[in-house]
Amino acid sequence: MTDQAYTFAYLDEQTKRMIRRALLKALAVPGYQVPFASREMPMPYGWGTGGVQVTAACLVPEDRLKVIDQGADDTTNAVSIRRFFARTAGVATTEATAEATLIQTRHRIPEQPLREGQILVYQVPIPEPLRFLEPRETETRKMHELEEYGLMHVKLYEDIARHGTIATSYAYPVKVEGRYVMDPSPIPKFDNPKLSGNAAIQLFGAGREQRIYALPPYTAVVSLDFDDHPFTASKPGHACDLCGAAHSYLDEVITDDAGGRMFVCSDTDFCAGRRREGHQGRLGGQA
Amino acid sequence: MTQPQKATEFSQSIRGAVAPLLQVAGLAKSYGARIGCTDVSFDLFPGEVLGIVGESGSGKSTLLSCLAGHQRPDQGQILYDGQDVLAMAETERRRLSRTDWAFVHQNPRDGLRMGVSAGANVGERLMAIGARHYGDIRAQATDWLGRVEIDANRIDDRPAAFSGGMQQRLQIARNLVTAPRLVFMDEPTGGLDVSVQARLLDLMRGLVRDMGLSVVIVTHDLAVVRLLAHRLMVMKSGRVVEQGLTDQVLDDPQHAYTQLLVSSVLQV
Ligand SMILES: Nc1ncnc2c1ncn2[C@@H]1O[C@H](COP(=O)(O)OP(=O)(O)O)[C@@H](O)[C@H]1O
Ligand SMILES: [Mg+2]
Repeated sequence: MTDQAYTFAYLDEQTKRMIRRALLKALAVPGYQVPFASREMPMPYGWGTGGVQVTAACLVPEDRLKVIDQGADDTTNAVSIRRFFARTAGVATTEATAEATLIQTRHRIPEQPLREGQILVYQVPIPEPLRFLEPRETETRKMHELEEYGLMHVKLYEDIARHGTIATSYAYPVKVEGRYVMDPSPIPKFDNPKLSGNAAIQLFGAGREQRIYALPPYTAVVSLDFDDHPFTASKPGHACDLCGAAHSYLDEVITDDAGGRMFVCSDTDFCAGRRREGHQGRLGGQA
Repeated sequence: MTQPQKATEFSQSIRGAVAPLLQVAGLAKSYGARIGCTDVSFDLFPGEVLGIVGESGSGKSTLLSCLAGHQRPDQGQILYDGQDVLAMAETERRRLSRTDWAFVHQNPRDGLRMGVSAGANVGERLMAIGARHYGDIRAQATDWLGRVEIDANRIDDRPAAFSGGMQQRLQIARNLVTAPRLVFMDEPTGGLDVSVQARLLDLMRGLVRDMGLSVVIVTHDLAVVRLLAHRLMVMKSGRVVEQGLTDQVLDDPQHAYTQLLVSSVLQV
């Protein structure tokens, strides 16, 4: 039973309709930032109110919801949002990527490939990729309209000039279907290739900045780069110490005062699944 | 000084030989009831430098910003290379201002990106028109820093670390890197020390000549136009009171206001 004090998924029907209209427009023009009237949510902005509103507008009673924060299902942020919807929408929840119909995420794309019918909702802090060098909103809008994207390469140039390589490793800018330049939210650039040609619907919500944008299934997404400094989806050169996965994104974990550390999959569901299947990493037995 | 004489000959010879690059007719821009500029007409030929002088508030900046597309005039026509600039789609006009045109502001902070390095400042226009090879962009930036007499080892420094004169030279490099045909300058030497001004003027004269640039330069400094401008336009209260070959206007001013301008500079 849903909590009687709220309508289904907290937001009133009119607000959800308004958000759905913005979502449809966003899906019709992939990568284009659609303004929407963001509502106050019972949580601070840093907690992903944009993503929460998008999730609220998409949920149906039959949904099974998964929420991750940096790949983990058990952080405070992920747990609160999952509980919030379990309470206000009465939907089932899960930690298994394969079982979820809607996944709200902060800072990661699950390792397990998504399938048709699934929806991935991103929490976005700063939706405007041009903001770094052009603070004026009127001007950035004009730049998108006229496809004046030279500035994005100025940012990458500056990276190489200072660090010898493109040092941007999060929120790495992409071009969508050869048209709009888009900020993929602060996912590691390791995840960028998963944005492209993905079978799931990808929705992006920025609460404070009141913007929604989207990638429909199988959208072509290209990471910006230079001919002589091509994009690489790099990650630490280790395998997961728990499950032995060689091609997943890893977090570094300090294990003791003596400088001991280990590398583990940031996607906890993926890691646990591999261990259940019998895979083992360097410290697989001990942890 | 031999430069003005050569300049006059150049201007006279080019005017018979080719079509004008910029044709302006009946241009007017008001701010409410106040006239910014009105009834301005002139032709600018390839390789010509037109100086616009006049006291503060005479409409020089208004005219320049209308020409460069930063403001829309209320009346008049602007033809660039035969194309009607005011009838152009905005995309096309902005493309022109990234490629064929350049604008040098009086205050380098208005024309530079202070948050990125000198190299990125010079490279921006290249990237804006599609350059995607870091090594090439950097090589061109290095070359241009050299051409405006900035040491190559400053390429990764931010403009804030530069002197006023260096910032202005960087702004010029950033504008000229795509080899524009038409350059607008608003008091480019204003606010600089006299010795710094002289060096900048010298540099500008060399670049204008070597690149065959057409220039519209606004200044209140008659020494600047003497050195740079083939032709001169004198403005007062938003109107053009006199225009012609620079040395003719300066040596034999016809309008009372021009006479006043010339005599006051001679007293300096
Ligand atoms: N943005 C503006 N709003 C109102 N009046 C302006 C504006 N800009 C300029 N003017 C007026 O237009 C006239 C011409 O100014 P301007 O073009 O700046 O002259 P100049 O560059 O020769 O000093 C002046 O009377 C000035 O006060
Ligand atoms: Mg002025």
